[in-house]
Formats: sequence, C-alpha cells, structure tokens
Amino acid sequence: MAIPKVCGIETEFGVVLRGVADPNPVLASSLLINGYVEQRRVGWDFEDESPDRDARGAAREGAMPPEVETHLVNTVLTNGARYYVDHAHPEYSTPECLDALELVVADKAGERILARSMRAANRLLDPGQEIVVYKNNSDGKGNSYGTHENYLVDRAVPFAHLVRVLLPWFVSRQVFTGAGKVGSENGAGVARYQISQRADFFEEEVGLETTLKRPIVNTRDEPHADPQRYRRLHVIAGDANLCEVATFLKVGTTAIVLAMTEDEVVRADLAVAAPVAAMRTVSHDPTCRATVELVDGSRCTAVELQWEFLRLARAYADRSGLEACGGPEVGGLVLDRWERTLTALEVDPMDLDGQLDWVTKLRLLEAYVARDGLAWGDPKLALLDLQYHDVRPERSLYERLVAAGTVERLVDEDAVTAAITDPPPSTRAYFRGRCLERWPDAVVAANWDSIILDVGTDPLKRIPMMEPLRGSRVHVEALLDQARTPADLVARLAS
Amino acid sequence: MPEQQRKQRPAPRERVEEEATVATPTERGEKLKSELDDLLDEIDEVLEENAEEFVKSYVQKGGE
Repeated sequence: MAIPKVCGIETEFGVVLRGVADPNPVLASSLLINGYVEQRRVGWDFEDESPDRDARGAAREGAMPPEVETHLVNTVLTNGARYYVDHAHPEYSTPECLDALELVVADKAGERILARSMRAANRLLDPGQEIVVYKNNSDGKGNSYGTHENYLVDRAVPFAHLVRVLLPWFVSRQVFTGAGKVGSENGAGVARYQISQRADFFEEEVGLETTLKRPIVNTRDEPHADPQRYRRLHVIAGDANLCEVATFLKVGTTAIVLAMTEDEVVRADLAVAAPVAAMRTVSHDPTCRATVELVDGSRCTAVELQWEFLRLARAYADRSGLEACGGPEVGGLVLDRWERTLTALEVDPMDLDGQLDWVTKLRLLEAYVARDGLAWGDPKLALLDLQYHDVRPERSLYERLVAAGTVERLVDEDAVTAAITDPPPSTRAYFRGRCLERWPDAVVAANWDSIILDVGTDPLKRIPMMEPLRGSRVHVEALLDQARTPADLVARLAS
Repeated sequence: MPEQQRKQRPAPRERVEEEATVATPTERGEKLKSELDDLLDEIDEVLEENAEEFVKSYVQKGGE
C-alpha cells in the first residue's frame, strides 16, 4: 500500500539589492529574513542534516555534496516553514503538507511572506535603496537557482525503480509545470521562447549534485524522518510556479505517480531513450508537438506520455481511491484537471492562458509583440519575462493578470493569509508551529524531525518527530491546549 | 504624461500585421482584444524603465 504523500516545496528566490554600488546578495537575503522575523529568532538545528548522503548507497566518486551553511540566517516560522539564506538566495521551505491543495496554499503564503519581508527590509535601507525578489529560476545568463519539491516515499521501493518511472515523468510533465522563459542558456541550442525555466540546466540523468551537472533525478537521501521506513524524494526538476493550477497539477500528479510506483502499477516501457536531450526537446517546443524517442524505438510527444500516465492513474484511482494522495476529493480534482489540461494541450496550448505559467506568460509576450511590433530578441520581452515573477504585488505582472481576472485561482486568499502564520493541520508541522507560537522563548532550536525545548531546568529537551504524520492537529491540539508550560508539555508527551 | 505617450506611440504598421498572424494562433473576439489592450496599457505603467539596462543588471549567483 502506498504511503501518504506528505509533500513540500522549497523555493530559492532571485534577489537584487538596488541603489548600492557593490550589492551583496547574501546580505540582502539576510536583511529580508531578519526584517520579517521581528520577534526572537528560533535557530535551526543542523544535527540531522546530511545532504551528501546518496540514495543509491555509497557516496559516488567525484560527487560534490552541497555544504550546509550554518553561519547564515536560518529560522523557523509559526506556520511550520523554514526561512533561511541558502547560498546567495532567500529560501522558503513550506511546512509539510498532506495534499496538493494544502501545498498550493502554503506555497502561495511563501510569496506573501517574501513580499512582507521586502517591505520590512526596505524600511531599514537608505532612501534610493531597495531589495527586490523574483520567484523564478534563472537570470537568463546561465545562472539557475532551484525550486525543489519533496515527497515522502516508502523506503521499500528500490531507488532504481523510482528512477525508471521518474525520468519519463519529469521529461513529460514540463508541459504543465513549466514557468516559461525567453531564450535559452547553458549551450542548450536556440530557442525563442521555451516552456521551462530549468530544462537547459539538466546535464545528467541521475546524481547527487544540485548546483552543477544537475541531474533530472536527484539522489539526495536525507529523509528528515525515520530512515528505516521512509525516503524523501528531493525533486529538483521543476520550475517555480505562480499559477495555482500549475502548482496544484505539479504536486498532485507527481504524488499520484509516486503512489502508483509504490503500488507497482507503472510499466517500464515508458522509458525515454535520451532523457537529458528530451528535457530540452520538450521545453523548446511551445506547440507541444515535438516527439522524443522511447527505449523501445517508438516516438511520442510529451503529451502522449502524459496520457499514458493518466490512463494508469485513472485505473489506479478506481482501485485505490487515491487514499495516499488526498483521497477521492483532492485526488479526483487532480485527475480531472490533469485530463482537461492534456486535452487543451493537444487542441491549443494557448487555451491554458491563466492556468499554466508558461502559457500565461507567452500570451502576454505575444500580445506585446503584436502591439509594439517587437522582435523576439527585444530586451522588453526579457523584461516582461523577469517582471512576471516580481514578488512585489504592485510590480508583479502575474499579480496584474490576477487582478484583471485572467488568472484562475484555486484557493481562497483568506486561507493564504492564515497560512502565513498558521501551520497546516495535517502533519507534524502543526506541532512545530504551535510550539513556536505558544512558547517562542522556550524553543531553542527546531528542524524538520525534532524540536528542542528549554524547560527551565537542565538539560534541554529534544522532542523527536520522526513520523511526519504524528503531531497533526488531531493528535496534539488538546495536548498543546492543556499544557501550561513547556515542561508540562514534555511531561504529558512522556506519559 | 509618460503613460499617454506610451499609449499613443504608433507601432510600425506592417510589422504589427505580420507578427499578429504569428502571435495569435487562435481566433479571439474583439471584446477580448480590447480587454487585452487595456491590460497592456495597465502593465505599461508598472513596467521597469530601460528594459535593456534592467535585464542586463539582473545577475544571480547559482543556487541550490
């Protein structure tokens, strides 16, 4: 039986500090986070971080594990999220969620938090200086920064089996996950406009790296949960989405495919012959008609591959009820939206304006091309591309389109506002967030799978949270409400 | 007003027609077109000045 697809999204935002001669992106990122976290900051506990652990087993020769940067700003929020400086970017990791709809809310709340951070940080800067962040994945000059999804996967599934399923999956899902990009990078061949921000940057099929020679399937094996039972699939082959429909589809469909893989219903004959080249072929073709070769020698489009995955998912849903993927309600919404999207991609992708980022952006660009007679190399188009992702509500072109009513929203803005401060009820993020909200001074440190409390007497108490679904509202709300002090909470947990 | 100037700036006519056939693969109604024009006018007002310089200066360090 597939296990519940606990999921989350980490987003590294592009950041610029304007009005400064020699802008330092690390400083700008720190200012954002410190500006936002006005209350006492709770430190991140690095004890269980091991990003160099490889899901394939022993460390690979020549692999370059990312380093954990403990000296940078790193904090936990009352909504259960982690907000920190990663390399030279502000990064927001959503709290763990239980289904795609919950994650859309948490991801959108991250955008609102960055917008608030900008306002707070800019108040600390001199006149004429400003920090601006972008929710995208590329500077258009060969530098990429990631948006990573995470899914809880059963440890019993052989990693090689996951890889077989995921290569064709990541190649083909770009047709709805792409955020769109003007031009191409990294020697990926000429493209006027392409579907994905990220496709140009993948150079390997499978690997541990995330910053160079990026692999389509990342093998980082850092479960942040009981390592005997779980792995955390760390997906780096995705774009930062602003359209809620795109995020919903990206997470919802991937969760279903992973559940199907656990339950062994995905066949191996979907394998793509040359996945790295296929990533680019699919991304560089906004008509969605380009074909890629499969291992069996046949050729098909990304959309045709997706239809095959959907066919399997429909059959799987009938059997399983999609219990691991948000149940019949959310899982059913995913399947319906998935089918409508594939149908539209076949008829005319432009019909998905307002639902998928790459289509929404393309329609805007084409409108400018038509009105102003711009050539496709015109810098104004590159500007429109960039500013689509501007996180400032007043400058974001995406938000303009939302305001104009041309973008479909899936979640209520009130729910997004609540998710800025409140954790999702369904996972251990609830316990983490509520502890922080109730006893900010007693939470000495926290990470995904534990929390350290100062109960007033030595030693500090570490509460392990190795089960991602334990610590949900159903489990601990009464306990948290009844506990008078952190020490009382620890005593009640022990009893 | 700069907005007015932008709105009134005529685009090269021939080129617009030529591009338009490429740009709109599907038929869209006149109403939609007028709404779109209004939207572009709105977006003109929030677009950063000096596109070329702005885009050039957007340089990020790689991440992840």
